[in-house]
Amino acid sequence: MIEFRQVTKRYDSDHTALRQVNFGLERGELAFLTGHSGAGKSTLLKLIMVMERPTAGEVVVGGQVLNRLPRRQIPYIRRHIGVVFQNHQLLFDRTVFDNVAMPLEVMGASPRDTGRRVRAALDKVGLLQKEKMNPMQLSGGEQQRVGIARAVVNKPPVLLADEPTGNLDPALSADIMNLFGQFSQVGVTVLIATHDIALINEMGRRTLKLDHGRLVTGGASVIGGGVRGR
Amino acid sequence: MAADPRKKPQPARGANKSRSPWREQAESYFTHHRKVAEDSARRLWRNPVASLMTWTVMGVALALPVALLLLLTSLQGVSAGWESSARVTAYIELDVPLERAQVLSGDIAGDGRVAGVELVDRDQALEEFRASSGLEDALDYLEDNPLPHTLLITPEEGARSTEGVEGLVRFIEGMEGVERVQVDLGWLQRLNAMTDLLARAVWALAILLAAAVVLVIGNTVRLSIESRRDEILVAKLVGGTDSFVRRPFLYTGAWFGLGGGVVALILLQLSLWWLSGPIERLAGLYRSDFSLDGLQFDGALALIIVAMLLGWLGAWVAVKRHLDDMEPGDIAGGG
Repeated sequence: MIEFRQVTKRYDSDHTALRQVNFGLERGELAFLTGHSGAGKSTLLKLIMVMERPTAGEVVVGGQVLNRLPRRQIPYIRRHIGVVFQNHQLLFDRTVFDNVAMPLEVMGASPRDTGRRVRAALDKVGLLQKEKMNPMQLSGGEQQRVGIARAVVNKPPVLLADEPTGNLDPALSADIMNLFGQFSQVGVTVLIATHDIALINEMGRRTLKLDHGRLVTGGASVIGGGVRGR
Repeated sequence: MAADPRKKPQPARGANKSRSPWREQAESYFTHHRKVAEDSARRLWRNPVASLMTWTVMGVALALPVALLLLLTSLQGVSAGWESSARVTAYIELDVPLERAQVLSGDIAGDGRVAGVELVDRDQALEEFRASSGLEDALDYLEDNPLPHTLLITPEEGARSTEGVEGLVRFIEGMEGVERVQVDLGWLQRLNAMTDLLARAVWALAILLAAAVVLVIGNTVRLSIESRRDEILVAKLVGGTDSFVRRPFLYTGAWFGLGGGVVALILLQLSLWWLSGPIERLAGLYRSDFSLDGLQFDGALALIIVAMLLGWLGAWVAVKRHLDDMEPGDIAGGG
């Protein structure tokens, strides 16, 4: 589902964020992405989101090589990738429902469809009762869950999370990780960038570790056929 | 990614029973447009003072050239009216007898460019002059009638242009027994030249003010883009296309245009109402049927449409400059 082939990203002559990174993630796989701060975790996620383009190598998502993707195709790729941020990026000028509905609205889903899917997503994260509230009225953990609902509302095959538990206490973090585990069980490829070593150990999943832009553990796997199949 | 992989885990859904997906797509597209249009309008409404100020600026900028254009059209109407009544006067030589003048009159009437000829014989002319001028006593001292026979010629409608009339004048001048042909087109030409000049000036002004309108709206929309930055970034992040992200701002521009057009109409009606009294009095003094006409329904509609287009264009300029290069990259954080 996600494949990096010899990917290098250089911002300018003296700052290389990623060096020849190679790895592949299968459909339904859940993996952690870890490393010291500045190791290139965010850059790696940005390459998958096509917020950045690689300097060398190929990024393949869902069988599509992103390097050559024309600019106006980018939105359509992003519709297949859900993203969760540490600071959740919710909009406080609208209700929880409208926040979660955004990915559907951009796709031009019908209002009926939107209502059904938003409620299903909110139900999944246990916030169905709060759809009419403003995200500002919610606790940090709840806000993060709204962010997750928004990321999965259109059932993307890929889910990325950047420090999703950064501001949360361990119990809430476990809850959220549990959610991610459930998504991977239904076939979503989940990649979670995090510092939280305890959490990683507890989950016992594959871990990609970056060190100064190099992938030091957890690389390779899935080369060839498996990536393309959907 | 052309196919929809999201549907995989959940294959059959009851959403689109009898409706074709195409129809559903179109329907939700229009629903979305309506929603965005309403939302943009509501946002303007929520800031009544700021919106009203923008509308007024736009209204003034639009009303000024339109008022001048109306004035110009009225002036052109006046000169056209006079042109149609243009008469050519031919004075026959003094020693030509009345019979010969009648023959001349018949010849001229036979010309294709002439609608009608009226012969005023010299005795009749003297009587009229005596009656209208009040110079009876003075005229009594004259031994002879100093006035010639006169032909009053009305050109055919097709020959009423300046060139046509000039050609006709040359033709009549060439006839034997005609002393002099007079046509008072000079002042008409001057009026025409003046209205032409005025027309150009008005159009130049209109273009400048239209550009000003575009810039004002562009700047206003730029501020609105800045204030909705987060929303734009999130929309781009979840896969909003450029046109999706632009849409609300283009509607905002069009609504600014609508408001501006309405304000312009109100200003025009008010100033017409305010000017109508003095204009009537002035026209009365000149014995003219000149009147300054307001915009008809179609004119008003055209004004509103043009205003909305200008607003849309202004928004488009702002959106092109400030929105397309907004990328969600920076909210993902560094590291």
